Amino acid sequence: MNNMEQIYIAIVLAPLIGSLIAGLFGKFIGRSGAHWVTIIGVAISSILSMVAFKHHMFDGAAIYNQTLYTWLSSGGVDFKIGFLIDPLSVTMMVVVTFVSWMIHIYTIGYMHDDPGYQRFFSYISLFTFAMLMLVMSNNFLQLFFGWEAVGLVSYLLIGFWYKKETAIFANMKAFLVNRVGDFGFLLGIAAVLMTFNTLDYAEIFANASQYADATIIIFNGEPWSLMTVICICLFIGAMGKSAQVPLHVWLPDSMEGPTPISALIHAATMVTAGIFMVSRMSPLFELSETALSFILVIGSITALFMGLLGLVQNDIKRVVAYSTLSQLGYMTVALGASAYAAAMFHLVTHAFFKALLFLGAGAVIIVVHHEQDMRKMGGLYKVMPITWLTCLFGTLALIGFPGTSGFFSKDAIIEAVHHSTLAGSGFAYFSVVAGVFITALYSFRLFFMTFHGNQRMDVETWKHLHEAPPVVTVPLIVLAIPSVILGAFLIGPMLFGDYFGNAIYVSAAGGHDVLAVMGEDYHGIGGFLLHSIKHPMVLLLMSSGIFVAWLCYIKFPDIPAKLVSKIGFIYKILLNKYGFDDFNQAVFAKGSRGIGQFLWQVGDINIIDGFFVNGTARSVRVFSSVVRHVQSGYLYHYAFAMIIGLLVLLAVFVHGV
Amino acid sequence: MTLNSLPILSILIWTPIIGGIWALIAGDRQEQTVKYFSFAVAVITFIFSVILYCQFDPTYAGMQFIEETDWITAFNIKYHLGVDGIALPLILLTTFTTILVILAAWEVIEKHISYYMCAFLILTGLMNGVFLALDAILFYVYWEAMLIPMFLIIGIWGGPNRVYATIKFFLYTFLGSVFMLVAFLYLYSVAGSFNIEALQQVPLTLTAQKLIFVAFFLAFAVKIPMWPVHTWLPDAHVEAPTGGSVVLAAIMLKMGGYGFLRFSLPVTPDASLYFSDAMIVLSLIAIVYIGFVALVQEDMKKLIAYSSISHMGFVTLGFFIPFSIVAATGASAGAIMGMEGAMMQMISHGFISAAMFLCVGVMYDRMHSRMIKDYGGVVNTMPYFAAFMMLFAMANAGLPGTSGFVGEFLVILSSFKASFWIAFTAALTLILGAAYTLWMYKRVVFGEVTKDSVAELKDINGREAFILFLLAVVVLTFGIWPAPIFEIMHVTIEQLIEHVLQPKIL
Repeated sequence: MNNMEQIYIAIVLAPLIGSLIAGLFGKFIGRSGAHWVTIIGVAISSILSMVAFKHHMFDGAAIYNQTLYTWLSSGGVDFKIGFLIDPLSVTMMVVVTFVSWMIHIYTIGYMHDDPGYQRFFSYISLFTFAMLMLVMSNNFLQLFFGWEAVGLVSYLLIGFWYKKETAIFANMKAFLVNRVGDFGFLLGIAAVLMTFNTLDYAEIFANASQYADATIIIFNGEPWSLMTVICICLFIGAMGKSAQVPLHVWLPDSMEGPTPISALIHAATMVTAGIFMVSRMSPLFELSETALSFILVIGSITALFMGLLGLVQNDIKRVVAYSTLSQLGYMTVALGASAYAAAMFHLVTHAFFKALLFLGAGAVIIVVHHEQDMRKMGGLYKVMPITWLTCLFGTLALIGFPGTSGFFSKDAIIEAVHHSTLAGSGFAYFSVVAGVFITALYSFRLFFMTFHGNQRMDVETWKHLHEAPPVVTVPLIVLAIPSVILGAFLIGPMLFGDYFGNAIYVSAAGGHDVLAVMGEDYHGIGGFLLHSIKHPMVLLLMSSGIFVAWLCYIKFPDIPAKLVSKIGFIYKILLNKYGFDDFNQAVFAKGSRGIGQFLWQVGDINIIDGFFVNGTARSVRVFSSVVRHVQSGYLYHYAFAMIIGLLVLLAVFVHGV
Repeated sequence: MTLNSLPILSILIWTPIIGGIWALIAGDRQEQTVKYFSFAVAVITFIFSVILYCQFDPTYAGMQFIEETDWITAFNIKYHLGVDGIALPLILLTTFTTILVILAAWEVIEKHISYYMCAFLILTGLMNGVFLALDAILFYVYWEAMLIPMFLIIGIWGGPNRVYATIKFFLYTFLGSVFMLVAFLYLYSVAGSFNIEALQQVPLTLTAQKLIFVAFFLAFAVKIPMWPVHTWLPDAHVEAPTGGSVVLAAIMLKMGGYGFLRFSLPVTPDASLYFSDAMIVLSLIAIVYIGFVALVQEDMKKLIAYSSISHMGFVTLGFFIPFSIVAATGASAGAIMGMEGAMMQMISHGFISAAMFLCVGVMYDRMHSRMIKDYGGVVNTMPYFAAFMMLFAMANAGLPGTSGFVGEFLVILSSFKASFWIAFTAALTLILGAAYTLWMYKRVVFGEVTKDSVAELKDINGREAFILFLLAVVVLTFGIWPAPIFEIMHVTIEQLIEHVLQPKIL
């Protein structure tokens, strides 16, 4: 076991060291030095993660749960830093480090001309470190550390181009909205500590069932289920990080950051931290059906309504961003339906195909000279065959085309929700099914507008178009492979086999275990495919989505404009993103400043100072005329006088009483 | 003479004072010598505090390194010093901060630098005295004497409106402490001694306790400061020179917190229980109300000053939450966590506020403005500075991995045991703290350079980088591994809580 411990430490430290070297000594080691040191760091981390994966998943190693050091102990609680390596964390480790590795390589091409080259590499390696700490944690403290640290790096990277006003607005927004989530998360952790008197996962999960019926008083006299309070508080944290309605508002704006981090942080890894966290906490969430229903409903709203917004965006990255929101909604729905394994499955496949799509979008963006508006693209398939093909695979996976990774993971979620009996599952089922049509529509809208149809860029740009360099296309190809085939390999063991072992707990009672129900009918991937053909509703919706996209954006490109003029009202709602941003600006941003001004001007200046203090101070004006002598320069006379005065007073006091 | 037989506490008090007097005598004629000399004195004092730390026995709850000599025998007043797990971290903080302050003044203070050094060295000695005194009158003497150098620092090296600020500062704190003296005299009449440990043991009626509590409250609440007696602090900070702000925020505010721990809680435990709900409410008001006020400040120093008040709300919350926890759960387990968290918050705030004020000082030295609107795009011309300030801004916002997280985290965790709503209100700082800090950072540091003055800024020099680097190391170290601080104070705090939870009504 001992050498495994060293491997785990190396997995975490390799990217950190790379980041520190690139960040602190970037000037000395130069650009290539910075990318080499970080790429080697994350490559080591990735390869060792695969070793750990093999160790746990194939060689059957026991779960590793050890403390590294005690952060502090206070009041009988030891706050520790330590690792829990089990199927859940080892899966996340492989996904995070592998995607990160590919994105490091891609960055060489994408950030080629950027003056902040070294800084960028330093940040993304730091992110990898933070994300690993988050997923490898064996306790809530370290989870929160990683949780906030990835938020910090996300903040730094969204504002990477710090001269851009929109970027530095977006990064602050992202941090603050995440803080709202963290606010709930921290209260959840506090509730956990109060209940279990420890923050260690293993101890908490072992004792969780004892508190299934415990209550807590929050509003006068009304007892609430303790587990519901804990789970909803924790889930509010997940809503921030995994961008669920209404805390989703930061994610589309985060597209102000460079594309590689949109792929790594805001699609593949960080935003899935909430999904991972809830899966990790399954022994707690299983104890509260109220919380699960809440999750189910929030997830369905996100899945459906955020997908709709993707239909009206023209910025290529923003379309992918809304798609990410919608897919995160799918994962959340799966969590709510107690199909944690299905959520994790979709998380894994999504990490690959969404990273692929973002990197593909990025490849297009560089080729057309940092133009992100799809209305100025088109016809690119001719000049960028590799990008075109890999993006096609990514798009097919995203819409769940039969046989691709996305098909298996998304169909599993739809089926799981279908079997769920929780309150809200009907709405959730409607959302995820309707979402299929919308996903296909916006995905192929993007695909057609970008790669097909007329070339809408200016002639000069068109002349210079070329395929992206190998540092860009190789990661695309490498990511395309799992996007297509991984699902077929994983579905059996992950959903219906013993892949996660005890890492995920689903209560056998109350019809929670929807995956087990599905498992009874599961007879290999062939049967799964056949099942979806026999019940073709989902496939029909998907095909009609593609068809409509083809009609509107290839065949009759003037349809969308006509449609907009017909249903301008709905279009406007979608363009305004349902008004969330305006509402937040008007109520929270402006409101807080208003409260601040009021408390300052009225509370501090008028009441406290004006009424109480200056009443006293007026009498002091006399005093102040004396004090002006301070400025005469005879400092030490004055000081001496004061000290002597004090001693005299003391002496008089002492002898006079 | 071995190291052990040295009167190390007296050395900690008198080394800087004597050094300061020498600097005064040497005067402006030998500026260079005085600067190096003062730096040496600060370093030596710090080394002595480290020696004290090394020799300190963290398993012993009571006072250590006790020195006791008669001073004014007629009233049983003694020169009586000692250190325990509460005072020791504050001593280390004081001596460390002095080094920073002396370095920060190096090329910046143009007039009477010798006197400036003198004032800070004497101030250090007196502040050490406050933390080490075990005799109430000795404590009072240090407490009041400390005001003088601070008064001079603001009054002489301060900004244009310094007269108003110094008077406000002096009046507030002086009026507060007069009541403390009255309380000491009353306690003397009951206990027959000014020995602080004896005062902590003496039984008192509840009425007497309440009155004494209020008297102490006036002294300590002003100092820390608590809402609504906080308005002197932003004014004092705005007018104070950088070094003055650093000492004010890093150490002098902590004296209020120290006073609560040393006097209010142990001398009047029953009154503390009686007033605990009110104290908690005032603390929560400080956290939220002041957080909102900080949001709209246009002057960076005012913003950080308000942020300090808000952070100090966690200190008083942590000190008085134990009563509510015991009332809610019947056990004192979570109580220790809250109080230790509050102590940690004091230490950490010392580093972070010092760093923030130094950052503003670095910019002020170049631009002679503290107004946010005069900046914008500083990162373009001062990238290294921007990186440091980012770290400290995040620490100020309580990011995990920095020391700023530890105290707030523990106080919120423990207050949840008392009540969901207390934790809820306190945790709002997560949002507010990030909002006011990052919004300021965005407007000052990020963005395009639009002003010529910003375009001409020069990045930090070696001396400034060294100061900020020291603070960065400390802030990160205690964020990643705060255990050493807690080990020092465990047994002392445990004993204190045990004592405070025992009624001692006459």
